[in-house]
Amino acid sequence: MHAVLSKKRIAPDTYDIWLSHPDIYRYAKPGQFLIIRIDEFGERIPLTIASAEKDRVRVIVKAVGKSTYKLCAMHEGESVADIVGPLGNPSEIEKLGTVCVVGGGVGIAPLFPVARALKSAGNEVIGILGAANKDHLIMVDEFKPFLDRLYLSTDDGSAGVKGTVTNPLKEVIADYSPATIWAIGPMVMMKFVSLLASQNDIPCWVSLNPIMVDGTGMCGACRVEVGGEMKFACVHGPEFDGRLVNWDELIKRQYQYREEERLALEKYVRELGEKDG
Amino acid sequence: MVEKFKVRMRELDPSERVNNFEEVALGYTKEEAIAEANRCLQCKHKPCVAGCPVGIDIPGFIKALREGDIEKSTRILKDANNLPAICGRVCPQEKQCELACVVGKIPGSEPVAIGRLERFVADQNISLETTVKPSVNKRVAVIGAGPAGLTAAADLAKEGFSVTVFEAFHTAGGVLVYGIPEFRLPKEIVAKEVEFVKSLGVEFRFNQIVGRTIPFEEIKNEYDAVFIGIGAGAPRFMGIPGSNLNNIFSSSEYLTRTNLMKAYLFPMYDTPVKIKDRVAVIGAGNVTMDAARTAKRLGAKEVHVVYRRSEEEMPARIEEYHHAVEEGIVFHWLTLPVEYIGDINNNVTGMKCVKMTLGEPDDSGRRRPIQVEGSEFIMEVDMVIEAIGQTPNAILKAGFPTIRLNKWGNIDADEASGRVDEGIFAGGDIVTGSATVIEAMGAGKRSARAIKSYLLRKG
Repeated sequence: MHAVLSKKRIAPDTYDIWLSHPDIYRYAKPGQFLIIRIDEFGERIPLTIASAEKDRVRVIVKAVGKSTYKLCAMHEGESVADIVGPLGNPSEIEKLGTVCVVGGGVGIAPLFPVARALKSAGNEVIGILGAANKDHLIMVDEFKPFLDRLYLSTDDGSAGVKGTVTNPLKEVIADYSPATIWAIGPMVMMKFVSLLASQNDIPCWVSLNPIMVDGTGMCGACRVEVGGEMKFACVHGPEFDGRLVNWDELIKRQYQYREEERLALEKYVRELGEKDG
Repeated sequence: MVEKFKVRMRELDPSERVNNFEEVALGYTKEEAIAEANRCLQCKHKPCVAGCPVGIDIPGFIKALREGDIEKSTRILKDANNLPAICGRVCPQEKQCELACVVGKIPGSEPVAIGRLERFVADQNISLETTVKPSVNKRVAVIGAGPAGLTAAADLAKEGFSVTVFEAFHTAGGVLVYGIPEFRLPKEIVAKEVEFVKSLGVEFRFNQIVGRTIPFEEIKNEYDAVFIGIGAGAPRFMGIPGSNLNNIFSSSEYLTRTNLMKAYLFPMYDTPVKIKDRVAVIGAGNVTMDAARTAKRLGAKEVHVVYRRSEEEMPARIEEYHHAVEEGIVFHWLTLPVEYIGDINNNVTGMKCVKMTLGEPDDSGRRRPIQVEGSEFIMEVDMVIEAIGQTPNAILKAGFPTIRLNKWGNIDADEASGRVDEGIFAGGDIVTGSATVIEAMGAGKRSARAIKSYLLRKG
């Protein structure tokens, strides 16, 4: 069992959670993830490691479905049943010169350890953080010490430039011609960042989060076409060159269980209501 | 004069059982078990024992059963086999102990139902004083809690070694919990057998993927010996166009969702599984039958098994095939999908298939399937499960860099002892590729013996 050591709301429906775990800090590297199962009825869900310290690991969770709702509703002292990790291959961090990191929405959180590691490796790091509005722009102050430049964007213009992250990215590409781009966020965002990178011939790492079950390479639920080949995101990734990813197929695979997800969440909310009422 | 036929085992009626996940085979009553036990000739040369990969004293446990001494019978079983309730259910006895049975050699006569008797005795749940030898100050790590690992762990614990099992999932059993469905092997039975292994003092560490969450080097340094039993691992895919369409699954994913994650009880359990009207399952092994029968129970209107060879070459157990036929599964022999067809939402809507014909025998001794020109046709389906086998575990190369692999990518281990390297042993599917539960258990047993003599020699 892994206790919730602390929980803080950092944006609407979004929580910064530290969970107890004895070992993960010893092995975790930027870019890796966990599989969490909340209780004996729970499903296994992948969550990226935001940080890991002695005896504990940090995840940033947005409540979007039953499992993430349940996790976000947990109180300090309550426990989740299972945590497996670190999983997946670490990010390929090296000194490249100028790099641009692009985070969207809750994807800003998994980008954080990558940005920090890139800075420690001696890179000039330019950050672009985007969200729906200023309330959803998370962790901006945490990023600042590790960024040489920071651009913000919001869909409604409530902070930074109005629109998506691709607007400032175009500017960054024109002004600084970064050696590599890292993009983590919603699939559609990663798709369009990859497209821009492709047009400008810049390598572009994206962190994929397809549907997973075991997260250990034994089922192929997370399979994705990269460069015309079938890859399993959990063991071959989760980071791939976004220019090679078959985005349209991946985005459609992501919605496979939408109906079941809706059912599970509705039932959960109904039961919560009955319990409270 | 010996009765010609095995005492029949009662089963749930097909029309009833396709609506639930309850165990199909109901087991013997005491009277039935004793009647069957009386068919055993108690041969002095015991050919059946040689046919058993873990060498159970078969006439011995049957004799004790016949005399009504269930405790003694249980003890004889458990001396050789740590998981008899499982083996009695899932072993292909017709190719092992029962194949060698003398009664089965009498013209027109069936062999003694050894598997059913083993199951009966194990299901009586006689709890035994476990005989564990005095503690030996040596630590053994077992990687993987499947049939091979559980057997090796239990045998080593009985010898007094301190054993820790590292398991990737949150529960022990390997294929027994994620692969074989509830209606063939109730998970309660697996849990009970695992409890027995725990009672021997074996420690389990769950959610640990050696080579990922803990470096293999660390395990090697901390333990006096290591047994690797991590299974065959990754699913093989046909790799035909359209493989990534929605509602196309590996049997591993489909069965893991249903069995391990209990998706058949969704939404009480959180993991969903797809339910579609027309399901095709590709292959003809035991896993194919498991996936097809699962799909039927989950509510598919039509389930089609599609196999490129004919009924004669089918690798599945005949009993499972009969169960599948009784449950209304439709079989398409000599048929090979060559492309999946999808709609605008990326959902599969059909398979382009070709008919096959059989040519000369190949390396496996089975006749090679050849495509019949101009035989293309479309089979309309809205879900496909590929059950065409496994390839070696993907984390093997990265996670166990010092381990020698053979040309198939499996661990290169000595057949008799499972020895791989100084203090490193391996067994089960990770050495042989996909095989059976009992063969994995046999390998675990042989390795446990080899580990014991290695550790005692090392001093």
